[in-house]
Amino acid sequence: MRHSNHGPVLTRMLGDTGSLIFVVVLIALTVAVPLCNVYLPEASALHVTDYTVALIGKYLTYALLAVAIDLIWGYCGILSLGHTAFFGLGGYAMGMYLMRQIGDRGVYGNPVLPDFMVFLDWEHLPWYWHGMDLFPFAMAMVVLVPGLLALVFGWLAFRSRVTGVYFAIITQAMTYALMLAFFRNEMGFGGNNGLTDFKDILGYELSADGIRNALFVASGVGLLLGFLIARFIVTSRLGRVLEAIRDAESRTRFTGYRVAYYKLWIFTVSAMLAGVAGALYVPQVGIINPSEFSPIASIEAVVWVAVGGRGTLYGAALGAGAVNFAKTWLTGAYPEIWPYALGILFVAVTLFLPKGIVGLVSQLRRRMRRKEPS
Amino acid sequence: MRTCTPRGTTAAAVLALLAVLALAPCALAQNNGQNEGQNTDSNASEATPATSESPAPANDATVESGRDAQASDEPGDTAEAQAGADGESEPGADTGEDEDSTEYAATIAELADASYPEKRDILNRLVANPNAHTPELLTAFADNRLVVRESDQRVFVAAEERDETYVLRDPITFEAAGKAATRDFEPVRTNVGLRGSIESGQAQLRLQAEDAETRLAAVETMTEKLDDAAADALRAHRPEENDDAVLEAIDRALAINDLNTGDNAAKLAAVERLSGDFNQMVYNRLNNILLLIPEDTEDRDQAQLRAAVAAEVERIDWWRGVYDQLETLFFGLSLGSILVLAGIGLAITFGVMGVINMAHGELIMLGAYTAFVMQQLLPGHVGLALVLAVPAAFVVSGLVGILIERSIVQWLYGRPLETLLATFGVSLFLQQLVRTVFTPLNRSVSAPEWMSGQLHFNDMFALTENRLVIVAFSLAVFAALILVMNRTSLGLKVRAVSQNRDMARAMGIRTQRLDALTFGLGSGVAGIAGVALSQLTNVGPNLGQAYIIDSFMVVVFGGVGNLWGTLVGGLSLGVLTKFLEPHTGAVLAKILMLIFLILFIQQRPRGLFPQKGRAAEGS
Repeated sequence: MRHSNHGPVLTRMLGDTGSLIFVVVLIALTVAVPLCNVYLPEASALHVTDYTVALIGKYLTYALLAVAIDLIWGYCGILSLGHTAFFGLGGYAMGMYLMRQIGDRGVYGNPVLPDFMVFLDWEHLPWYWHGMDLFPFAMAMVVLVPGLLALVFGWLAFRSRVTGVYFAIITQAMTYALMLAFFRNEMGFGGNNGLTDFKDILGYELSADGIRNALFVASGVGLLLGFLIARFIVTSRLGRVLEAIRDAESRTRFTGYRVAYYKLWIFTVSAMLAGVAGALYVPQVGIINPSEFSPIASIEAVVWVAVGGRGTLYGAALGAGAVNFAKTWLTGAYPEIWPYALGILFVAVTLFLPKGIVGLVSQLRRRMRRKEPS
Repeated sequence: MRTCTPRGTTAAAVLALLAVLALAPCALAQNNGQNEGQNTDSNASEATPATSESPAPANDATVESGRDAQASDEPGDTAEAQAGADGESEPGADTGEDEDSTEYAATIAELADASYPEKRDILNRLVANPNAHTPELLTAFADNRLVVRESDQRVFVAAEERDETYVLRDPITFEAAGKAATRDFEPVRTNVGLRGSIESGQAQLRLQAEDAETRLAAVETMTEKLDDAAADALRAHRPEENDDAVLEAIDRALAINDLNTGDNAAKLAAVERLSGDFNQMVYNRLNNILLLIPEDTEDRDQAQLRAAVAAEVERIDWWRGVYDQLETLFFGLSLGSILVLAGIGLAITFGVMGVINMAHGELIMLGAYTAFVMQQLLPGHVGLALVLAVPAAFVVSGLVGILIERSIVQWLYGRPLETLLATFGVSLFLQQLVRTVFTPLNRSVSAPEWMSGQLHFNDMFALTENRLVIVAFSLAVFAALILVMNRTSLGLKVRAVSQNRDMARAMGIRTQRLDALTFGLGSGVAGIAGVALSQLTNVGPNLGQAYIIDSFMVVVFGGVGNLWGTLVGGLSLGVLTKFLEPHTGAVLAKILMLIFLILFIQQRPRGLFPQKGRAAEGS
């Protein structure tokens, strides 16, 4: 990978062909899909149905999560098997805001308490629900809560040099513990059922066409910004240090860098990106429940990155899209086959495609180029 | 003759039909005119004892024959027996029995308009002088199935059918007595107190049972509902009793009876006699006395009694506390031994070889399914199948493990994160495979007899045998594994390769073959763990997932590469969890354990017992 650390920021960030193509395609997608949904007649071959808009919107949020994972795994060698914990926390923060927006239109008609709290016979709103009815505050929480958890968790882990497999296992324990905790009704997050039955966002009805497209655009913009931030980081000097840590942690430490702080910093940023992805995910799907925290979901997200190609960022986004598209298609067409396919995919990618789809493409291109002169 | 009447329940109908077929010739011959009139009342009176005043001679014959031929409660049997009896019954029973049954019939007839205290008295008389059908009669009584016909105040046992009719039976012989509309009857009412007495009466009848356990249960039921009649019955039965446990229960019941009814001296003596008895009923009774006597009583006798009782209750409470702790400890060890079993295979693949095998849980699951399949292959030999399942599961999971190692893991040595992902794919694959082959439904593996009882120390402390067996089993597996690792050439080679692969190869160890064998060993042990787990939970495709995170935690907690660490780590985590649970609830305890482990690993990244020396440096 060539690095151009000098020159204007934009050329630095988009100097890489893959990244440039990705950004262009992403912008085109973000603009075209809503337009095709609204302006093309339903009979048209290019018409995008409401369902597809929501589906691609969901893929975009997954892609953002994948970018967040690739940022730490691909560039700093930190494998987190608990990244959906941050995704879920961001989602819950958004869910809490949406829940408060229901107001007295719930089944029990309580203006303050969400339905499940009335059902549990609670009298007051728990302290952590206060302020969640304000959009800016809730959005701050979307970023701050996952960030804070990552900061504390990472500080404990990186300070004592928990690395590699051990780190993977304890992140898995973390998301598992969170899942168990959120399953408890006493936690005040709706237990098993999670948060759902949302009505409005910012005063607009969630099910309206305009809002669906707006959320789609927001996801596209979110992914674009997330990608650019990540790209900015990895092409900066800081990014070089991160790669040094990935390739030779001890040597970097002996060179005088405080490895733990670099790791902590990138881990926290990644968790915040994952939180934003979760927050964009919830209004489009309409529900958030504890199964989002399940360790399997985290591992699956890591596989998206591996399939797309580690350490390229756009590869991660591509992998998230491809695997989820395959999942939607296969679970619809052959529900029995999907787990087999996923299992084989895990094995095949690690054994035969260590650099993922992106690696495969560049390998093919190299082979073509070699053939051309002859 | 009423045998030919169709019965309410299908099973009985089938049996009756068989009886009818077998006896068709004679039954038909005798029955000619009667089938038409079955549903009318007039028929019923012919074969049933009418009233206490006028027992017809024919009745006695029926009563007798019913009694002789009838030992079981099955209505179908009754039908058969009576069909037989009808064919061969001859009048002329002996007169002593005759008198008894007359009195018995009279007692039952009194039920028609008795008050509750009278009913209790009637009940005691019936129990004191029972016939073969008295247990059934009492059951019917307790279920509110005794009814009185309004027209002539006769008592029947009724079973309600649809369309508001009763199928009637005679309360003495339990012969069918036709059908009639419910509106002509009034039930013999019971209340809670009376039903308690009925239960006690039923127990009293069971005191005569052959089986000591039935007698013991009977005494216990009677103790719960003690009255003078029951105490008398126990006292009367005591000399004939020869089973120690039953004797002890009778003595306890009599002492409790003294506590209830005796004078102060008798009560004090009873407290003395009950000392050291941890039975729940004794405890309740003593606590009851504490409540009844005010703390600042003026009466000296009462005060003395209260002091004695209070001392005894305190003693029991103390012991109860001790036993509770012991029980929690046992539950903890039992949970811990499961964790050890689940983790010990991983201690080899992960700890010794350094391979992250996310499919470890599925290897456990395969072991559990092997146990299930063995039981299907050997129906009727539950225990044998389970014992054979242990080596079978070792082979099945071990072979699958070797297959995984040869096909996937061997290409990924030194790349732990990739191994993790690939083996996770294997775990998904295996899960779905099991779902396809065995359906996603949970299967249950039945427990053999030697694992389904309880080891009874005293009334406060009993350990379930299946957990005891599993604790012992996991220790045995652990010991066997330690022996393999420390005393066999395989173990020596495994340790050599894990410490210095290149040097080991230079010494002529075929490392590739050894890797496969080691992986197979760890996988096989996982399969054995699955057999043990099949005794505790249902066997389903998700069985392994529940244990994978726990297993990794145990191994990492104990210290990677150290089998003893896994043992100590697993047991202590189990005990810790069980001691937390009463205070926090199961889920929170689990969450706290996970948080504890996360913090622990951060404090001591190499676990409780870190590996020392050159081998540790590389990891």
